[in-house]
Amino acid sequence: MSNITTEQLDKIAHLARLKIEETDKPKYCNDLSSILNLVEQINAEDTSNVSPSAHSLDVTQRVRPDEVTEKNEREKFQKIAPLTEAGLYIVPPVIE
Amino acid sequence: MEWDVVIGLEVHAQLKTQSKIFSGAPIAYGALPNTQACAIDLGMPGVLPVLNAEAVQMAVKLGLAIEATIPPRSVFARKNYFYPDLPKGYQISQYELPIVSKGHLDIPLENGTTKRIGITRAHLEEDAGKSLHENFHGHSGIDLNRAGTPLIEIVSEPELYSAKEAISYLKALHSLVRYLDICDGNMQEGSFRCDANVSIKPKGDSKLGTRAEIKNVNSFRFVERAINYEIERQISILENGGKITQETRLYDAEKNETRSMRSKEEANDYRYFPDPDLLPLEISAEFIKTIAENLPELPQQKQQRFEREYGLSSYDANVLVSSRELSEYFEKTLALSKVPPKLVVNWVMGDLSAALNQNNLSIEQSPVTPEKLALLLQRIQDNTISGKIAKTVFEALWQGEGDADTIIAQKGLKQVTDQSAIEKIIDEVLAKSPSQLEQYRSGKDKLFGYFVGEVMKATQGKANPQQLNQLLKQKLVG
Repeated sequence: MSNITTEQLDKIAHLARLKIEETDKPKYCNDLSSILNLVEQINAEDTSNVSPSAHSLDVTQRVRPDEVTEKNEREKFQKIAPLTEAGLYIVPPVIE
Repeated sequence: MEWDVVIGLEVHAQLKTQSKIFSGAPIAYGALPNTQACAIDLGMPGVLPVLNAEAVQMAVKLGLAIEATIPPRSVFARKNYFYPDLPKGYQISQYELPIVSKGHLDIPLENGTTKRIGITRAHLEEDAGKSLHENFHGHSGIDLNRAGTPLIEIVSEPELYSAKEAISYLKALHSLVRYLDICDGNMQEGSFRCDANVSIKPKGDSKLGTRAEIKNVNSFRFVERAINYEIERQISILENGGKITQETRLYDAEKNETRSMRSKEEANDYRYFPDPDLLPLEISAEFIKTIAENLPELPQQKQQRFEREYGLSSYDANVLVSSRELSEYFEKTLALSKVPPKLVVNWVMGDLSAALNQNNLSIEQSPVTPEKLALLLQRIQDNTISGKIAKTVFEALWQGEGDADTIIAQKGLKQVTDQSAIEKIIDEVLAKSPSQLEQYRSGKDKLFGYFVGEVMKATQGKANPQQLNQLLKQKLVG
């Protein structure tokens, strides 16, 4: 049985930049634990004769020829941006 | 205390495609901000990535050149982190199943031997955009032109034991991607960049020390300096009883130091998982075979051929093949001039390289083309001019004063090979220097050089040196 602790929940919420209300935390811990339990249940199956799949469909990746097909639509995209300047998207400061 | 240095390198090479790895937007360098960022690059809702065939080919090319394993199936994964120049909140990369695994690269060492460096893996991924932090009233400006540019990340084993070895590896890899024509190798523009993982351990210990990762180094010289700085920093910490923190450090070229960027332990949780938007990539044996058959001659093969075919020393051959363009220049000049290979080598690696370095030009930008150099070398070979006068002609060629024949004619540089003419000048010189002549004849051999000098002066350097030597010897005996 897996049990997600509040600390683990806080960590993954932080990594995903999600704000979770204190009152909602027990429910999230519970839901996530059930998901992990399902995974554990699947893990218990013997899959030694099954080749792993990265996708639910048994097809492989199509590729496209290396050609420029997109035109410059900056104006259109920047119309819906909250803030732009000199062709740049302006965002809150990010300095490490 | 003595320390062992252990370095592993991660190189990001930008692939020379026309369009991005998952979209049809162009990747030309230097375009106006955000004019090459389409809906896919911007991570607009509902868009889907479609893989660029050429990027796959290029990755396979590299894999073959480093004799790596190219598995029949590889998988794209999402590397999750938040940064404004990464609009989707994840970078499409490869994690568990990269397109290329387990290869190697042989690098030349200073002592003339080669060392085989393991390459752990090479995987395809998309680049992020660029953040500009200055002049936006305390905000950051984001340019997403670079977002989605195809990269191949090449990860070496931690088998490099000094900054010098690291540079040798980088140069060999740089040369290789240029030979393969999969990357333009421009380090200033960031097409070929490198992160270095550096750690030290007490000499002879088998356990690796804690490593620091140095980012942001964009020239061979800076990589060497950054690594050496980092080694000193770590030694000083350990020798003072401290501990190395695993972290990412940024190299500051102006101050020649590395400084902490972020603690890696915290930031390293990328929660990779297979990208559901992309299916597994299958690479057939036939596909690999076709690429293998069309692989160009690689630096090592070319070096061996140069030694075998042209009788070059391994040093000369190594210098020439270090750049595809340089080796092509050499072969073209040789083919056009049909003079002995060593004469071409001497000029290409000597006067030409010196002039290029001095003017900060690459071989492709040389004002002296292979055609022009070939004619000059022919004129040395057929004794029209001496090797010394050839330097004067070369300078004129460099200045764009026409071809060698024109310059020789215009400046009257043709070598004097007429025996009687040289004899006449020798006689005049001897007549003007009776005391030197007497001293020479009474045993002061060193004065031979004086007479050579005088005759050369009188002929403006045009007397054929071999003839002059021979005739002068005869005359001096009396």
